[in-house]
Amino acid sequence: MNALTRRGLSLATAAVLLAAVAACSEDANTPPAEVPGVTAGEIVVGTHMPLTGPAAAGYSEIAPASKAYFDYVNANGGVNGRKITYKFLDDGYNPANTQTVVRKLVLEDKVFAVLNGLGTPTHTGVLDFLKTNRVPDLFVASGSRSWNQPDKYPGTFGFNTDYTVEGKILATHIKATHPGKKTCFFGQDDDFGRDSLVGVEQVLGAGAVVAKEKYVTSNQNVAPQIGALKAAGCEVVVLATVPGFTALSVGTAARLGFKPSWVVSNVGSDYLTLSKVLGEGKVLLEGMVGISNLPSPVDLNDPWTAAFKKIHDQYNGSAPFNGNTVYGMSVAYLFVQSLLAAGKDLTREGLIAAVEKGGFKGPGFAPFRYSKENHSGMGGGKLTKVTAGNQEFFGPVYETDSAAGPVNEFKDERPAPAANTIPAA
Amino acid sequence: MDRFVFLTFDGLSKGAVLAAFALALVLIWRAARIVNFAQGAMAVAAAYAGYSVTSATGSYWLGFAAALVGGLLIGVVVERAVMRFVDHSSPLSEVIVALGLVLVVQAVLGMVYGNEFLPAGTPFSRNALSVGDVPLLSRYDLFVFGAVLLVLLGLALLFTRTSVGLRMRASAFAPEVSRLLGVNVGGMLTLGWALASAVGALAALLVIPTELGLHPHAMDLVFVSAFTAAVVGGLDSPPGAVVGGLTVGLILSYVSGYLGSDVTPMAVLVLLLAVLLVRPGGLFSSTVARQA
Amino acid sequence: MSEQTITPAAPAAAPAPAPKRSVALPGFLSGSTLLRHLVLAVLAGVLLFLLTQQLDPFRNFQLATVAAYLCATAGLTLLVGMNGQLSLGHGALMAVGAYTVALAQNAFADKGITGNQVLPLSLALGVLVTMAAGAVIGLAAARLRGPYLAGVTLAVAVAVPAATVTFDETFNSEQGLSVAVEPPPLSLGLYFPNERWQAWVALTGALLTMLLLANLVRSRVGRNLRAVRDDEVAARLAGIHVGRTQVLAFVVSAASAGLGGGLMALLAQSVSPGAFSLTLSLFLLMAVVIGGLGSLSGAVWGAVLLVALPDLTHDSAQLVSLSPAVAQRLEGNLPLAVFGLTLIVVMIAAPGGVQGLLRRIGARVRRRAPAR
Repeated sequence: MNALTRRGLSLATAAVLLAAVAACSEDANTPPAEVPGVTAGEIVVGTHMPLTGPAAAGYSEIAPASKAYFDYVNANGGVNGRKITYKFLDDGYNPANTQTVVRKLVLEDKVFAVLNGLGTPTHTGVLDFLKTNRVPDLFVASGSRSWNQPDKYPGTFGFNTDYTVEGKILATHIKATHPGKKTCFFGQDDDFGRDSLVGVEQVLGAGAVVAKEKYVTSNQNVAPQIGALKAAGCEVVVLATVPGFTALSVGTAARLGFKPSWVVSNVGSDYLTLSKVLGEGKVLLEGMVGISNLPSPVDLNDPWTAAFKKIHDQYNGSAPFNGNTVYGMSVAYLFVQSLLAAGKDLTREGLIAAVEKGGFKGPGFAPFRYSKENHSGMGGGKLTKVTAGNQEFFGPVYETDSAAGPVNEFKDERPAPAANTIPAA
Repeated sequence: MDRFVFLTFDGLSKGAVLAAFALALVLIWRAARIVNFAQGAMAVAAAYAGYSVTSATGSYWLGFAAALVGGLLIGVVVERAVMRFVDHSSPLSEVIVALGLVLVVQAVLGMVYGNEFLPAGTPFSRNALSVGDVPLLSRYDLFVFGAVLLVLLGLALLFTRTSVGLRMRASAFAPEVSRLLGVNVGGMLTLGWALASAVGALAALLVIPTELGLHPHAMDLVFVSAFTAAVVGGLDSPPGAVVGGLTVGLILSYVSGYLGSDVTPMAVLVLLLAVLLVRPGGLFSSTVARQA
Repeated sequence: MSEQTITPAAPAAAPAPAPKRSVALPGFLSGSTLLRHLVLAVLAGVLLFLLTQQLDPFRNFQLATVAAYLCATAGLTLLVGMNGQLSLGHGALMAVGAYTVALAQNAFADKGITGNQVLPLSLALGVLVTMAAGAVIGLAAARLRGPYLAGVTLAVAVAVPAATVTFDETFNSEQGLSVAVEPPPLSLGLYFPNERWQAWVALTGALLTMLLLANLVRSRVGRNLRAVRDDEVAARLAGIHVGRTQVLAFVVSAASAGLGGGLMALLAQSVSPGAFSLTLSLFLLMAVVIGGLGSLSGAVWGAVLLVALPDLTHDSAQLVSLSPAVAQRLEGNLPLAVFGLTLIVVMIAAPGGVQGLLRRIGARVRRRAPAR
């Protein structure tokens, strides 16, 4: 007998046996019954994060911080008697891997919801899948405006202040403190840079940005771009950059003898991260203006930071406590708030309705914008400035929308956390 | 005009580090007839060793020396413990094993040092000396040029003036004959791996401070550019590697400056095709053995 | 000495013509290769159909992914194993197929064209466009050897994903495009699992690819491909046009990769450059070499490995429970290390890949128990 045929037959026998042993398949005409991922004692939630690869730097600390907060809540009785199990799988910031791990979470681990999936290109790829399977897709970790499409993706909600809102607030600052100065823009060549520039020009006017340059993460030499900004005589430069490229831009400018005022979007303005990358070069960050809507990890006088730090020390072991930790815990806190608002009879529809009802108050300065029509996350932030090696907040809390609306000051005070840092039902 | 001059100098300083790494690839090609895809990962491992020594002692130069010695040792270990056992009848096996090695080395580095970017210091200032208002070269760039020139001269001497160099080339080209003639072929291979790995480590030390910093993946993109440079120059030729490195550096800088940094990969492809379609063995290839 | 040609990983793995035996095979089957392959394909199709009925949705998705990868690995096996040309750029060719299918599907959806003919039509478009791209690369590749060919294909692997940023109005930069895909036909039932439907589509594509490639390999063209691989000069003396044969191999290989990429786009319902990076190209090459370059069966193992190995190592890594700080460092890194080590060990212990190993074991068993 031909070798190929023989192999085919043996394979065939094996497959038939396999088919015979396996259980009967489900009927294609009946809808699935109970709520996936929810039992009387447990809620299973999942996410995708880069834990390896070039993008893992910093981001890999977010999910463990969220998990630490959930562990803390679980130790204190859980949410309506249910303990939260948080599964985070590594996608290496590769959209192909995101496809697989999210399907694993939804189809195999049967998660109730996906929480805080990280990255614009990675998460964009699973929007349709999550929609088809009606999985709540809460609090995506990215400032893209794509998460706010309630008509197209009814279960998806953003978390971060989006890049356009940031751009508008940063530009408002420039208008007030650097009037008449030559303002330029340097941003990532994707929706991050694009949306940010839209915000900046919204406030300053279309022609006001003198020079605009772009970079791609696969090319780590930004000297040609920074050189062009220098040649254009820029005095203020807005950066829509990831931390590594903020450091590269500031470092490259310094060695070219170019010293503008830096105004940096949230993603790339965390002083702790930047000073670690820059080492001794961190003095270059003096005077850098940034924006954030979450409390500073170094300011232990902030009641939220202090509360999170306590939980971190107990449940997150020897991992560093930084902006990513505060971020991860803030997301987890908001998720617990949403679960409580969704009530004891937890369903996916109930959870989405609860988030759309909104009104959550937590560690953030500017409020969340959640409503039936609006699925974008935080709607503003507070400016930061680096002075003598300290990054401190200054000025009022700003709030605005992602379109042509005005930039307003937001006056409401943040509430302090409850004594046990668990939201009240 | 100022812009052109600025981009030229920027491209040259970038090209010099690419040349250094391309030299390492040429060295291993001449010594073992393989393209070492693990060269970048091995170099990063050596650079991490240097980083550990520098942060323990506070001396850049002690770390520098440690990285070079570390590079030599890594080369020896990789050749003796892994490559020696690979089936040599097909160059593909070596390529695949090298890729496996990349995964292992990067994963181990990630476990030991974490996945954060670590700052890498420089021995000299990177602040460019300006002429008029145009920033040209920094003292660090001059240091890089010097180092590359030194390696190039060293390799030229090794391969053309010493018997060790001759034996290395003979072992690579005709291992059986060389063995019959009494050459220690295995020893030559190990030596080639060690030297190439040390040159790679040097290149990593030179290039990492100019990019995002020390990271298990720090050399991934550098490897691609440097491999392109080596192929453009001709894998057999050390001067070819330097010319290739500088050419690629200049192209990257001009294209990035005038067209945008996203266009550079396409420019590199065009450069490769243009050079190889005219000279299928690279700019400095000595033999023309292809028939149409 | 000046040229390096790539020969299959192990001479032992080269497809030795199986000795003809006259047992138990109906005459019409042993007579025609095409018919034999057809019967095998139908048989495999029926079995896989039964299998998809039993698998849960996630396993069906994995099966579909294996099938999509199989198109690409089979094409790559033909190019590298049968024709001796190296390509580090097959991930980019998959990207060409994927983006073409994405654009075609979205264009159909925009125009309101729906129905059963849409899917095959956009897949065919994807294959055609990728064939054109393959012809261009193949023309250049036919002049190049060894590392120089590797260099060019490597540059292709990097340049194609980057082009999506340069032409972002069409390709939408890093964020990529979402792909309009119709749900499974209603005739299958309202709650028919989407993943099973996807598995059917992808498996159909893979079986068709395997059938066509298997026939090609056994044909005169296939013999020419191998002749060029083994000795270019001899092949030329035998009257084979070497350059043309090499370009043909590249075009066929690209067509398979394009189909694989197109299927990927349908499975993921999205395309983005990050999914078709240099890493994918390198992993494809690793997969076919580990699977075994000697025969198309090796490509099956390669495709299975691409899907299964990361999954297996992930699960096993979770078994080790450690302190949070240590776990954070190991998380993700441990699977990579295990994968890398597996690669090295397999290449050293079994240079013919999985298929070569199976063949060796099979040969030993057969020697112990001589055939009737």
